[in-house]
Amino acid sequence: MTTNARRTIPGSGLIKGLGVTITTMFKTILLPKKYLATVNYPKVKETLVPRARGVIALDQDACTVCMLCARQCPDWCIYIEGHKESQPPSKPGGRIRVRAELDRFDIDYALCMYCGICVEVCPFDALFWTPEYEYSESKMGNMLHDMDRLQDWMTTVPEPPALEK
Amino acid sequence: MTQLITDLFSNFWVSLAGKLLLVATMVPVIGMLLGFAEMKLSAKMQSRVGPYFAGGRWGWAQLIADGVKFFQKEDLIPEDADRPVFKAAPILVLVGTLSLFVVIPFGPGLVFQDLSVGIFYALAISSIGTIGVLMAGWSSANKYSLMGGLRAAGQLIAYELPLVLAVVGSVIMAGTMSMSGIVEAQISAGFPFVLVQFIGFGIFMIAALAELSRIPFDMPIAESELVMGYVTEYSGFRFLFFFLAEYANMFTMSAIAATLFLGGYWLPFMSESALEFAGPLILIGKVFLLTFIMIWFRWTFPRFREDQLQTLAWKVLIPLALANIAITATLKVVL
Repeated sequence: MTTNARRTIPGSGLIKGLGVTITTMFKTILLPKKYLATVNYPKVKETLVPRARGVIALDQDACTVCMLCARQCPDWCIYIEGHKESQPPSKPGGRIRVRAELDRFDIDYALCMYCGICVEVCPFDALFWTPEYEYSESKMGNMLHDMDRLQDWMTTVPEPPALEK
Repeated sequence: MTQLITDLFSNFWVSLAGKLLLVATMVPVIGMLLGFAEMKLSAKMQSRVGPYFAGGRWGWAQLIADGVKFFQKEDLIPEDADRPVFKAAPILVLVGTLSLFVVIPFGPGLVFQDLSVGIFYALAISSIGTIGVLMAGWSSANKYSLMGGLRAAGQLIAYELPLVLAVVGSVIMAGTMSMSGIVEAQISAGFPFVLVQFIGFGIFMIAALAELSRIPFDMPIAESELVMGYVTEYSGFRFLFFFLAEYANMFTMSAIAATLFLGGYWLPFMSESALEFAGPLILIGKVFLLTFIMIWFRWTFPRFREDQLQTLAWKVLIPLALANIAITATLKVVL
């Protein structure tokens, strides 16, 4: 094969390009349902793929306040506070058990860069991605989601994909 | 009553005021119409919807809303700008466009002023816009504006030549420079000149695209390199002037092309009395066809490089136009 194997008529590329735009135009005008690439957003909503990175949800019961997510976060946008509560021993005469309780778990979405490292790093499956994206605010301070709000996002977490066989 | 109106309009000043009013309303309406057509057609060519919400159906009020927005905006003038020149530039650009309406025949006898040197006047007055562009680029005190102005100077002057030379073929065939005269010559010949002058028509349309600084010839306002070229520092009402001038210029350039090459207000097999009524509609139909082609080109082709642009003008279009003139003149003498 030489570099210019196929000789074409000069200007045929221009005609080809014009053909593409005009066919796209007629397709879009005549069959908008099939060929329209966009949706009229506030009226019609696109269904996003399950792995879309919209917002991070928190499962409070699974969280052990291990702080791994807060330490891995490149933006330091996760704020965690907790305290330890002692529980009675499981057997009489046993050692008193200690359990970490979550007091505060905030994610500042004004700082978050949606890298997902916190979700990756969580060893207890307490953090999840959800495809929800409509949570803009008129005040920047309201972008700080507290733990109850993060818990609410849990209802929107999609089913995990089936395991590979 | 009719007598009164005829008497009134036979007065020079009254008829002048009437004509001015007509052009002053026509230009914004045409500008908005073409701007809206561009928005909608470009959207369809890219599988989008385009303007959708303003005014309810189809977003028809989008351009009106845009116009109101421009009225509300602050009129910013850069501190280092050459103020009088900066202020005069958009007016000059728009005046250059408005003056072109004078010689366009919309029907038999339906022309603002039928000059005997009509096409010469049109080509001369369209260069005034070039000076306006240069003034805007120079006075903005901005390097992007200056670069845009320089590119505009290089491009608009280079493409003025093929534009003028492409017209000559039609003028030779018609034997007159009057715009109405050229249309009448096509009527008596029985065919639009484009059938013979197709080279001239092609060169005219390419040069007109370059004169309008539209893609693929938009080097002077190349957004990705020069922000917005000579329009960078303009805002509010002055920006609106440039915007209107661009779209009104599209209309006038297409109208000149339609008059010279496509038979103007004339369609084959139409009686004289029908033309008097339908003439403006036929001309506007032809103009919209040509502007559609311009919009189509814009949303298909990438931008030229500066040297390619100059090469096309000096090495291809001008020799081609000169050859076209020579052949047309020879055939005119021989036949």
